Amino acid sequence: MAKINSLDELRKLRDQAKESMTARSGEAKVRIRASMGTVGIAGGAREVLKAIIDELEKRNFHEVEIIEGGSMGLDKEEPVIVVERDGFQTTYGKVQPEMARQIVAQHVINGQIISEWVIARNKQ
Amino acid sequence: MKELSLNILDILENSIHAGATRIHLTLQEYLETKDFLGFRIEDNGKGMDQAMVDSLFDPFTTTSTTKTVGLGLPLLKQEAEMCNGGCELESQPGVGTKVSFWFQHTHIDRPPLGDIVSTVIMMYAIHSGVEFIFTHEVDNNSFEVSTSELKEVFQDVPINNPKILQGLETFLLENKNQLYGGKHYG
Ligand SMILES: Nc1ncnc2c1ncn2[C@@H]1O[C@H](COP(=O)(O)OP(=O)(O)O)[C@@H](O)[C@H]1O
Ligand SMILES: [Mg+2]
Repeated sequence: MAKINSLDELRKLRDQAKESMTARSGEAKVRIRASMGTVGIAGGAREVLKAIIDELEKRNFHEVEIIEGGSMGLDKEEPVIVVERDGFQTTYGKVQPEMARQIVAQHVINGQIISEWVIARNKQ
Repeated sequence: MKELSLNILDILENSIHAGATRIHLTLQEYLETKDFLGFRIEDNGKGMDQAMVDSLFDPFTTTSTTKTVGLGLPLLKQEAEMCNGGCELESQPGVGTKVSFWFQHTHIDRPPLGDIVSTVIMMYAIHSGVEFIFTHEVDNNSFEVSTSELKEVFQDVPINNPKILQGLETFLLENKNQLYGGKHYG
């Protein structure tokens, strides 16, 4: 079988990513929890997370950690994402890719909550 | 689920929840040699005893505490059987689990594979600590990539860095297109 796998381009990618990381250090540290349970996946959680990654990359924002939130017991609100920023945990429900992009631009990067989509908010 | 790649993501999440630190996804698409589309997910998670395995395809089985019905596997099994395919599950407590599903590739009712690259990206994005091996075979060609070899390339830059993830998507798409060699596999 012919094996296809070229890692050379990835080495270049690494150097570019490294460069923009050092150029932009000192941003607010934000954590995003994305749930990837069966209901969320069926409702578009994968596309939501891809939109988040794409928006973060476009805006060159790196001080963010994306982790799995587990099924948060909010099946009817899926896809759900949680933004942890400025000492608060803010949960958004029924998130679609376009909403996710706005959440990144306004809340993740600039700290402005989009209240109309928030379904829960707790102090951390 | 509207795409098999979403079912695959769902099954990968089962492995994660079983505490797996190593997961191997093998995707096989054969049109020239046989009429076959199958995938296999092997993990080193906590495994299941025989009673659990036997009850797994009962749609009312789940150990999830947040809901009472696990529907992923039984529904997919039904779909596979409708497409002259099937499903196999082997598991050993403390060792791990191996799940496979297969379909007649050209069966009219077979769900599309869909966006497998995005499913793989999810593993790097939210489960970067897991050693994930992805093998994709298309007739006589194959592609394989593992988290550990990628991490070796990226060194101190995290694999879940947004720029890295975007670049990995391009990398995976290019390799996929090369595997298909201009043909359409759907
Ligand atoms: N890879 C695995 N390793 C260990 N246990 C598993 C695995 N996959 C499934 N299970 C068990 O089977 C149950 C049913 O799985 P599933 O049909 O996907 O429903 P759910 O994930 O919603 O519980 C799970 O709750 C889990 O206990
Ligand atoms: Mg499941």
